[in-house]
Amino acid sequence: MERVTTQQLAMMPIEFTLNGKSVIGRPDETIIECAKKNGVEIPHLCYKPGLRADGNCRACVVEIKGERALAPSCCRYPKAGMEVTTNNSRAVLSQKMVLELLLSDMPETAYTRDNELDAWAKKLSVGKPRFESRKQPKADLSHPAIAVNLDACIQCTRCLRACREEQVNDVIGYAFRGEHSKIVFDFDDPMGASTCVACGECVQACPTGALMPAREAGLEKIDKTVDSVCPFCGVGCLLTYHVNTQQNVIKFVNGKDGPSNHNRLCVKGRYGFDYAAHPQRLTQPLIRRPGFPKTAHFKTDPANWSEVFREASWEEALELAASGLKKIREQDRYALAGFGSAKGSNEEAYLFQKLVRTGFGTNNVDHCTRLCHASSVVALLEGIGSGAVSNQVNDVENAEVIFLIGANPTSNHPVAATWMKNAAKRGAKLIYADPRRGDLSRHAWRMLQFNPDTDVALLNAMIHTIIEENLVNESFVKDRTSGFEALKQNAKNYSPEKMAPICGIPAETIRECARAFATSKGSMILWGMGISQHVHGTDNARCLIALCLMTGQVGKPGSGLHPLRGQNNVQGASDSGLIPMMYPDYQRVAMPEAKARFEKFWGAELDPKPGLTVVEIVNAAYDGKIRGMYIMGENPAMSDPDVEHARAGMAKLEHLVVQDIFLTETCYLADVVLPATAWPEKTGTVTNTDRMVQLGRKAVEPPGDAREDFWILVELGRRLGLDWKYQHPKEVFNEMRGCMDSIRGITWERLERDSSVTYPCENEGDAGTPVVFTEVFPTPTGRAKFVPADLIPADERPDDEYPMVLITGRQLEHWHTGAMTRRSGVLDAIEPEPVASLHPLEIEKLGIKAGDLVTVESRRGKIALYARADAGTPRGAVFIPFAFYEAAANLLTNPVLDPFGKIPEFKYCAVRLTKGGARPGDPGYGKGRSLTQLYG
Amino acid sequence: MKGKGKVRSTPKGRVVDPQALEQVRALLGAEPRRRDLLIEHLHRINDRYGHLSAAHLAALAQEMQLALTEVYEVATFYHHFDVVKEGDTPPPALTVRVCDSIACELAGSEALLARLPAILGKQVRVLHAPCVGRCEVAPCVVVGQNPIGNATVEAVRKAVASKETSCAKTRYIDFAAYRKAGGYRLLADCLAGKHTREGMTKIIEDSGLRGLGGAGFPVGRKWKSVAAEPEPRLMAVNIDEGEPGTFKDRWYLERDPHRFLEGMLVAAWAAGVSEVYIYLRDEYAGCRAILEKELARLKKNPPCALPPIQLRRGAGAYICGEESAMIESIEGKRGMPRLRPPYVAQVGLFGRPTLEHNMETVYWVREIVEKGAPWFAGQGRNGRSGLRSFSVSGRVKQPGVHLAPAGITIVELIDEYCGGMLDGHAFYGYLPGGASGGILPASKGDIPLDFDTLQPHGCFIGSAAIVIFSDRDKAAKAAVNLMKFFHDESCGQCTPCRVGTAKALKLMEARKWDQPLLGELSQAMMDASICGLGQAAPNPALTVMKYFPQEVG
Repeated sequence: MERVTTQQLAMMPIEFTLNGKSVIGRPDETIIECAKKNGVEIPHLCYKPGLRADGNCRACVVEIKGERALAPSCCRYPKAGMEVTTNNSRAVLSQKMVLELLLSDMPETAYTRDNELDAWAKKLSVGKPRFESRKQPKADLSHPAIAVNLDACIQCTRCLRACREEQVNDVIGYAFRGEHSKIVFDFDDPMGASTCVACGECVQACPTGALMPAREAGLEKIDKTVDSVCPFCGVGCLLTYHVNTQQNVIKFVNGKDGPSNHNRLCVKGRYGFDYAAHPQRLTQPLIRRPGFPKTAHFKTDPANWSEVFREASWEEALELAASGLKKIREQDRYALAGFGSAKGSNEEAYLFQKLVRTGFGTNNVDHCTRLCHASSVVALLEGIGSGAVSNQVNDVENAEVIFLIGANPTSNHPVAATWMKNAAKRGAKLIYADPRRGDLSRHAWRMLQFNPDTDVALLNAMIHTIIEENLVNESFVKDRTSGFEALKQNAKNYSPEKMAPICGIPAETIRECARAFATSKGSMILWGMGISQHVHGTDNARCLIALCLMTGQVGKPGSGLHPLRGQNNVQGASDSGLIPMMYPDYQRVAMPEAKARFEKFWGAELDPKPGLTVVEIVNAAYDGKIRGMYIMGENPAMSDPDVEHARAGMAKLEHLVVQDIFLTETCYLADVVLPATAWPEKTGTVTNTDRMVQLGRKAVEPPGDAREDFWILVELGRRLGLDWKYQHPKEVFNEMRGCMDSIRGITWERLERDSSVTYPCENEGDAGTPVVFTEVFPTPTGRAKFVPADLIPADERPDDEYPMVLITGRQLEHWHTGAMTRRSGVLDAIEPEPVASLHPLEIEKLGIKAGDLVTVESRRGKIALYARADAGTPRGAVFIPFAFYEAAANLLTNPVLDPFGKIPEFKYCAVRLTKGGARPGDPGYGKGRSLTQLYG
Repeated sequence: MKGKGKVRSTPKGRVVDPQALEQVRALLGAEPRRRDLLIEHLHRINDRYGHLSAAHLAALAQEMQLALTEVYEVATFYHHFDVVKEGDTPPPALTVRVCDSIACELAGSEALLARLPAILGKQVRVLHAPCVGRCEVAPCVVVGQNPIGNATVEAVRKAVASKETSCAKTRYIDFAAYRKAGGYRLLADCLAGKHTREGMTKIIEDSGLRGLGGAGFPVGRKWKSVAAEPEPRLMAVNIDEGEPGTFKDRWYLERDPHRFLEGMLVAAWAAGVSEVYIYLRDEYAGCRAILEKELARLKKNPPCALPPIQLRRGAGAYICGEESAMIESIEGKRGMPRLRPPYVAQVGLFGRPTLEHNMETVYWVREIVEKGAPWFAGQGRNGRSGLRSFSVSGRVKQPGVHLAPAGITIVELIDEYCGGMLDGHAFYGYLPGGASGGILPASKGDIPLDFDTLQPHGCFIGSAAIVIFSDRDKAAKAAVNLMKFFHDESCGQCTPCRVGTAKALKLMEARKWDQPLLGELSQAMMDASICGLGQAAPNPALTVMKYFPQEVG
């Protein structure tokens, strides 16, 4: 007879008695779960599937024969022969008494329509409680997003486990003792004054409404729920919109169990949905009033645009839009360009690039990937033949070492950060390298706060160590790579001892990190724009790729390369061909076979010349070479470097068509503005950072005469002479499957059923491939390639005149140029004003106090904003988020490009700071005022 | 118009004050910043500054890489920490704690508590305190860390005035004296191979020694089961003697500390333990001084190889006498009991198999080995076996720790060991096992006092803390005192105990008890509470309803 392994034994079915009936349970399934499967309901409050069972409420106690006391069925596992009784008088007495005790301390007011305590009390016929109520605590309404009514708290600690064990934000505590035990935020502070990041996981976890969305949203009537995808970052959290259809409004949002988020959301996803209902939504096509000048120095007022534009019918606007483009096309098709958007769907991105390629007749199509990860993609394509991630974020669960560099995921990819924190808590070593010390540093095994601009020095020193200390995975290098010798030669010059003074990290620490990375069972690298947005962005990424290849840390679980993608659909927009040198699925324009394939597939002649990139297009506009543009859902008048120059370039365009949901800064330079749909108003797919293709579903109707982007694209396409008959995005998706092998196996029906499928999925029915490169790399030789990098300094180093370094980026609440998030009541209330983060000692040096105004000036521009004291910002540097029109960071940035990725150096330029300055103006949509205050 | 938006001048939440950070760093020095040392570090700050300011707590959080709330929830759990937030007034430099536990209440603590604040003035904070473990000299008032027995207002006033705030030193058998009298020979023999682990365990098993913290688990069996678990194994010694009426551990520590340490080390050896943690209640400042000094002497001149021994200081929480709550506390957390299974012998301190013992349990090891298992097993009366250290207080002439045969009746104990009842007092009833063990009337004075003998009467012996009531006392009043204690000391984790003790107290404070409701509530507390505190909290009320119905009818 074969021996049974311990693992098999642990999974063997278990027979035990439940209420006198014999049932089969599993050793890894608690009594309460097993009972539920067998149709036996046991009351429970502190137990919630998905959270660690804590067994504190005791509502689920049952009798186990032979045991002195009752046992919590949520924490106990069956054993063979165990006799469990859930419904005898002894068990029921305790179950009901627990409910009665808790009920006696409940307030009169209800905060939720779905109170689990009330529901169980009703089921068990618990009458009016016979005990005197406790002294009730006061409400805490200090937070814009969440109402705290602890009079409804039953101390079940579901919120605490959600905050600490799921999201690991570690804000909620259980303080004091006994009857005085209390759910607290930080030091029992008002929630609004605490370190709370408003992820709302606690609200989602609370069974009694003690934590609820603010302003009684939880009591609103909901008559429809719609599953969709979050419209903000690349993590791609699945969520559920709760809609009141009569009012055509989303009332609140809950996390859904998607593969990338497992019910988790962040503040933007959970509370930032109301932008779609903002009164400043565009509802009619607009046409520029004749003669109204286009200039870089416009003042926006999205609430009052009538001086600049007049309303028009769709027919008139589309005609004007198309005819303007056609006119230029006929004169010089190379004078046309289009910016698609990583905020739209895959279908829209695909149609957009198809429109440019077949309608304009050039490859002058790009989008904001150019501004975020273009350099990473170049390096990845060059090194391993694919621009997408090798492993998914939550694969950090399987990693021993997590090397996170140039990223601030707690702000920019908050739910992705939760997986890293979970992993760190479980014991994975998090090496966190960034010039700014962010919130994650508390969870880091080693925090490497290296000097800005010295990425290659740090990374080459790690490469040097791995070679010098014989930690190279020789067989991996031999079997699966090429070019190692060149890397080895190059690395000789970069000993940690030599690099330490440059990057500011002690040599021994660099060595320690290199060793840990090289020798662990699985090391995973994740990076953000701190790596990519440099003139040496491609080199930075090359070093990361080399680290993975030389140690064999790729192609297996818990390892690999993961550039954290920014926009919700930047992966998908790139996949769909919104790139000037690539057709869909990264088929190169310059390769004749690819061109031939698409000419055949689209039945159109294609231009053989790769197109211009984002910044090149804007420069060409400035030089008069680009004269007409179609921009869908992008805001280059805010997002481009040296934005005054960019605005001036766009102001020179003869014809500019902008399609958006708000009158953005870019719209101010348009001839025709086409009102489009916000994400919850349309259906389509988006692809997240993990290569998950996910379905967004329409939840509400667009306002006024705003139309779906899909419809606008088709209408414009037709007017440009294209024979387009698309009726529904799924027809476009099916067309895409015909030319994109990576998603060929994904059917629309499957997306409707599963919401999310990971590519590569080449054949229908394939599960999808979370980990790639397990055997070969998708390069012509099947081998990956080492590309050594040398030190290239930033283009503009600090000097006597401009002695400080400017780092730009994002903050948790505000998305990119702020068009959406600054119009969300909650997000705006949390971060209403532009701030410059500075080390407290820099603030002292300026002779000001935190909160005072400071002027930041570069060779290109000058802004004034409020100083924020943040000890995590390095000395000699200032960090400014670029979401604020009234203090636009990109007025200062340097438009110089990485030579390979053509990505601007957003992360580094020289500035000088002076105290004081003009108070930042009001862009007209927020600044901490409620919508009622704004619009009456 | 001025900008209406509120500009946050810092990242979210509290910002660490650089000066407070420097102070905390200076205090912690080279001490490790490990999480399990959180309570130790909080003590350092509280000792130095007299309270825990929000600034210091935030600085400590940063220094230990902990979240603010992780520090705050621990600091506010323990009653000996004074958390002072921004804008709050720190407590006066001196705190006077008036013990209001049952023995002290019988001896007049209520009057002291009422009078002392006015007499001592605003410069002194007067607090009530749960049992300080000096019931033999009730009422007891602790001035700073100086316990004053048989306290009077005058004695307290004098101690405050003359700044006598530390614990008086006691005479005890120190390291040299202990060794001279043959101490540590047994341990050295064990390590030298003159005993086997199995043999040693067998002696203890044969002696019938049971855990003296209250649960009475057979000691030998515990050694065996821990020894069977995978390495590394740890040991945790419980000297969080907080059960009202209990003071035997302190009694022995103040007299013969090395006998305890040697027993502990023999047990550690027998169970193959690699590191030992001693958890001492904060109220026993005198014992702490003794242990610190004697452990240093022992480590300086070890009679043989010693495992690392850590002395950890409680911070004012009765619940930490519960074995798993103590383990949580040693790990630097709130002292909230764990759910079992898994049992601490399998998954205990730092997730390792843990041998957990009450201090007195191991105190007997050396004598049992030297005199032989039959010597110990041969003790006892009324059909019971072994010896018990009874902590006796209340209305008797000679309160104190009395080592008597297990199975002795209360009447025998009073007459033979306690010099009889106080003059003018007639025996009315007694607590056979501290606050948790229920209340028995004089008519039940013939029950042998031992493990297992009291259960049929709704009581248990626990740590053998006996409090004697006379005809001048009321059982119901005592029961209210005890329920107040449980209400104060409930950790707040589970509903039956957290809410149950509060509601029960309300019901018991009524002139006439709602007996059916109290009975129903008691049943749920006993059945559904996580740990012994909640499960035993209704015992006094239930036994009063059963044996003293006339008082609450």
